[in-house]
Amino acid sequence: MQINSGSLSNGGVDFLQVPVWKRNVAMVYQQFINYPHFTVYKNIAFPLRKQGLDRSEIDRRVRRAIEQVGLQGFEERRIQALSGGQQQRVALARSLAKSSQILLLDEPLVNLDYKLRETLREELKTLISSQFNAEGIVVYSSTDPLEAMQFGGDLIVMDEGRILQQGPAVEVFEHPATCRVAEITNDPSMNLWTAQLDGDRFRVAPGLDLPRPERMRDLAPTDYTVGFRANDIRIEEGGLDFEVELSEIAGSETIIHLRRGEKRMIARVEGVVSLQMQQTVPVKINTDWLYAFNSNQHLVHSPFGRTN
Amino acid sequence: MARIDLEGVQHSYGGVEALQQFDLTWEDGGRYAILGPSGCGKTTMLNIMSGIIQPTQGRILFDGRNITSLATAERNIAQVFQFPVIYATMKVWDNLAFPLVCRDVPKEQIAKKVEEVADTLSLTHLLDRSANRLTADQKQLISLGRGLVRDDVAAVLMDEPLTVIDPDLKFRLRRKLKEINERYRTTLIYVTHDQNEAMTFAEKIMVMDKGQIVQMGTPSELFERPNTTFVGYFIGAPAMNVFPATVKGEHQVDVGGSTVTVAPNLSQLTDATSLKLGIRTEHIDLQNSSRNQDPDHSTLPFKIDRIDDFDTYKLVIGTASGHVAKIKVDRNQAVHPENLFMTFKTQNCCVYANEQLVEG
Repeated sequence: MQINSGSLSNGGVDFLQVPVWKRNVAMVYQQFINYPHFTVYKNIAFPLRKQGLDRSEIDRRVRRAIEQVGLQGFEERRIQALSGGQQQRVALARSLAKSSQILLLDEPLVNLDYKLRETLREELKTLISSQFNAEGIVVYSSTDPLEAMQFGGDLIVMDEGRILQQGPAVEVFEHPATCRVAEITNDPSMNLWTAQLDGDRFRVAPGLDLPRPERMRDLAPTDYTVGFRANDIRIEEGGLDFEVELSEIAGSETIIHLRRGEKRMIARVEGVVSLQMQQTVPVKINTDWLYAFNSNQHLVHSPFGRTN
Repeated sequence: MARIDLEGVQHSYGGVEALQQFDLTWEDGGRYAILGPSGCGKTTMLNIMSGIIQPTQGRILFDGRNITSLATAERNIAQVFQFPVIYATMKVWDNLAFPLVCRDVPKEQIAKKVEEVADTLSLTHLLDRSANRLTADQKQLISLGRGLVRDDVAAVLMDEPLTVIDPDLKFRLRRKLKEINERYRTTLIYVTHDQNEAMTFAEKIMVMDKGQIVQMGTPSELFERPNTTFVGYFIGAPAMNVFPATVKGEHQVDVGGSTVTVAPNLSQLTDATSLKLGIRTEHIDLQNSSRNQDPDHSTLPFKIDRIDDFDTYKLVIGTASGHVAKIKVDRNQAVHPENLFMTFKTQNCCVYANEQLVEG
């Protein structure tokens, strides 16, 4: 793809003058792309043959990549005989064998079953940190905040063609610069309510307000958006009544969509909890981890200190 | 609508057994999911109920009536497939009415039923539109609607019906399906390989593996008391922690030199049985002391290998009495590696003999 303006260089070399196949970049796509009529071994060896490497070097690299992705014993299998997870490992092994300086992973796990995703996520991280410890760049794109956090490193948050925030993943998690970043980097999305600070209460709606945490005592009494994560909500006696719109189970957690009047929020609780739709449950919101954004939706107070 | 019984059903494809013999009841009005990896026999099970396949052995009863030899068309089963099946040249209204027109239902009755179903599925504003102009999820709603217009349908069978639907809309459709089940009390049987979808949708889930029914239970039963170590692994993320164990006493097992108290009586087990102890990470606490005065608790020494940072939690990966264990802790909980122990309640321990849960 051509860029409309700007420059793209790698180590001082103008990348725009270098054809794609010479760029020393390896890419893994969402949809596992392999040569279906080749064996596992040939799939990994193919780009190396095109590069004109000698036979023993190809063999060394292919065997190493196969070992790295844990596909020993599958060398002579045909691609069609493999599961989705195994096919994605072949695609990954092919990129690793190229020993590129730059590895681009475009949502590599999105098409896999959650059980496989769980395993591969862990393997990928270990694998990549062992291969790319000091040299080289790995870019991993994902819509899943959990993947981004687990992958660690530097995070670039994008939305509608714009970079919203960049920095170490933990930093972005603890200090989302805007409401939009807080939405994108949390799954379920961070709960955001507009509220008016009145004394020591955030007034959200008639009959619905939240205590202002002591750490926010310096905030001026005006309009804010308060934010809290799904896991800071508990179903507990003595809480405010909310109606269950739907409860969904994800892995070992239950995601509960709740509503009180016009105000909605999403809670995430540990374990598998069965709730009926339209059932009323008492809910408590833990304000120890409450965020405050100003009326321009910029972060003004994070529970992790350092006010922006 | 009807209760569906499968008695002594078994099926083979040319000598290869696809379904091992089983007895099973689908209660009238239930909301079920059939869950399992591909090739486990899920689709064979559906096809036997709808009559597309005649089982090698066994009988199928609808409300006690033997319908084993009846053809698909005579069975009053509605099916929704992965990809929407619609009559592209017809309007939405005619698509929904079609099953009733075919059965010579009086006109006024058809109109009433079509409008009611369209209302439930939020299709009313599309009734005059041509069906082939609609989005994939609207088309899938029509496929479903055709199953709902008939009062005599014994069950609606759905084979991965949300595959073609956008993630945002999946949420809406799942909600719709639950509403429909509650409103019409139509038996819904939903086939999927996606654990989350099954756990979210169903009141009861049937887990299948290698042609066998492994467990039938509510989502929380599958989570808390998995029948086999496979279910313990398959349901929940991270998977259940499973440790090799040996019998120590009537209600005690030995895990790598530490004694753990368990609920079931183990005196009947022979030495030859392979024994395992399963504990969900959700039921484990990490503590920096082995002192454990509570008789309902057991402890195992724990050594940390590494800690993975997730969004709102940390996953502590290490070994308990020499065996790999994964423990989820809150993101804000400090973990000190010295003298670390994992503590858990007796009631949350599952004992597996030859991979099968020991009851008690």
